[in-house]
Amino acid sequence: MNENNFVIETKDLTKQFKKVVAVDRLNLSVRKGEIFGLLGPDGAGKTTAIRMLCAIMDPTEGSARVAGFDTKKEPEEIKKRIGYMAQQFSLYGDLTVLENLTFFADIFEVGRKERQERIDRLLEFARLTRFKGRRAAHLSGGMQKKLALACTLIHQPEVIFLDEPTTGVDPVSRREFWDILTELHIEGVTLFVSTPYMDEAERCSRVSLMFDGNIIVCDTPERIKGLVEGQLLELRPDELREAAQLIADLPGVLEVQTYGDLLHVFVDDAARRAPELQSVLAGAGIVAEGLRRTRPRMEEAFISLIRKRSEEG
Amino acid sequence: MRFTPCVLRARETQNAGRKGVLIVSEYAVEVVDLTKRFGDFVAVDGVTFHINRGEIFGFLGPNGAGKTTTIRILLGLLRPTSGHATVLGYDIVKQAEDVRKNIGYMSQRFSLYHDLTVGENLDFYGRTYGVRGQRLRDRKRFAVQMAGLEGRERELTRNLSGGWKQRLALGAAILHEPKMLFLDEPTAGVDPISRRAFWDLLYELAEGGTTIFVTTHYMDEAEHCQNLAFIHSGRIIAEGAPEDIKLDRMRGQVLEIDCTQPDVAIGVLRGMGLFEEVALYGAQIHAVAEGIAEYKPRIAQALAEAGIELHTMDVIAPSLEDVFISSVRNHVNGEE
Repeated sequence: MNENNFVIETKDLTKQFKKVVAVDRLNLSVRKGEIFGLLGPDGAGKTTAIRMLCAIMDPTEGSARVAGFDTKKEPEEIKKRIGYMAQQFSLYGDLTVLENLTFFADIFEVGRKERQERIDRLLEFARLTRFKGRRAAHLSGGMQKKLALACTLIHQPEVIFLDEPTTGVDPVSRREFWDILTELHIEGVTLFVSTPYMDEAERCSRVSLMFDGNIIVCDTPERIKGLVEGQLLELRPDELREAAQLIADLPGVLEVQTYGDLLHVFVDDAARRAPELQSVLAGAGIVAEGLRRTRPRMEEAFISLIRKRSEEG
Repeated sequence: MRFTPCVLRARETQNAGRKGVLIVSEYAVEVVDLTKRFGDFVAVDGVTFHINRGEIFGFLGPNGAGKTTTIRILLGLLRPTSGHATVLGYDIVKQAEDVRKNIGYMSQRFSLYHDLTVGENLDFYGRTYGVRGQRLRDRKRFAVQMAGLEGRERELTRNLSGGWKQRLALGAAILHEPKMLFLDEPTAGVDPISRRAFWDLLYELAEGGTTIFVTTHYMDEAEHCQNLAFIHSGRIIAEGAPEDIKLDRMRGQVLEIDCTQPDVAIGVLRGMGLFEEVALYGAQIHAVAEGIAEYKPRIAQALAEAGIELHTMDVIAPSLEDVFISSVRNHVNGEE
């Protein structure tokens, strides 16, 4: 373990494919025991970064140390100490839950003695004990993800990399999955997770926002949300798109975003602009309910920060 | 009351089917008592619903609830065990070819060929649907423009990131100008900005008269549908417009609590034993109960005693996500 207690540390990590620079001088450090979230639009380089950190792909330039070892020079040491749940994690559909776990125990050479106890514990942990005889192909999507996580944990890794583990999972199963991640976090495991879900980003210790192969901001969710300019008003107009267009041009309005049937409006001064918005909408015959001042969530912060970045070019 | 006409029509069409008369439906999709068994497993269990022409219809439910099976039956890829359905007026069993010619389909794993270029993928889909010559060139131009892929026609599809692939897949699915689109989790794994851009495309298509059937796990997207059906364990447990579903299904009001240490606060709130539901939404907590505003002082006190600092606490209109969680949990509890 190095002096800073960083479990992951990269220095100008770069990956260039023929024409595209997928990851461009990435510098980040992750402390032991953190849940570290990697966010960014599609194509920002998240998966490429994770693959390099897992020592599956060599960087073109720069370096990375994971669990105390260099990814380029000591990949085998790293593979022993990390778990990697890829986006398309391959379970064996024809094998049962138990057989899948046993298979991964074989691959990672988990000794016969510890094996039984560890598998039982993981089944319990992933709430899969009842289903251990079921073929993986017959599990629901949410359960398959939990089994994949259990397989990733079979060799008790110090660091776990999860690449969009809850994509395509329903809201109830997503919460269950994150409850399990929170338990791992409490046990002291370091988690490095990429996700397109902004509510999940809020549950991370720190988050970094990736754009065009670079990190544009890296901090706690609380501080990142604090970077967004202005104050946030929320309202629910009956004509969402019309209301959004109308409001966008008003004085004091910095940005307008939609979320479901809600409008999120960033303004310079909430107390002053709220009645103004209300009267402009009323004048256009639009009924708006639930107007209130609220604090931005990661969803709003993400859109605002990325938009600003894109405009700056 | 709203569902009465549907039930009536259902009886009529069943009779018509028996007499072997061609069914003419005013609905884009009409599903009556549809069931699909795989051995002992009932994937779809007596499902009945309809979709109006030109609407965006959302089909929601947990993983494994029967969403994809229903879509595959409607596309004529799977035969139902019993019940029947029409798509654009065509019987999905007897006229499966007509169904497929007139609809567009975008599956969970965008069915694009990774080793073909953007242009080649569009050519392939165009030919599959019998779009040729000048029309194919026009439609390709439209699809490329819609997907924002101008100048990238020669790029390998493999090299496109999620959001681009998704828009290309949508472009491929509408090359033959179908009257109806089936989209199975089209925005899975797509970032917030690309998701909004994708839905803007869907609005445009719907405004042009295309009927859209879409499944999603993003409840903010579900809010944009004119009508929804919630499916759970193969059965429809709620249906209607988002606003009506919220009114019907929510037992109590939602209080949004924004405070420090939400992980700890959630335990404190659950410990109070006052709420139907306490769930974490990112860093905020939603607590649900009848007359929840009354509990505000007690909540503030309990959190203060636990050393938690309260930022805001507002009663808010329930979101579909609140409804989804409460419906699914109630349904699961009801079964066990």
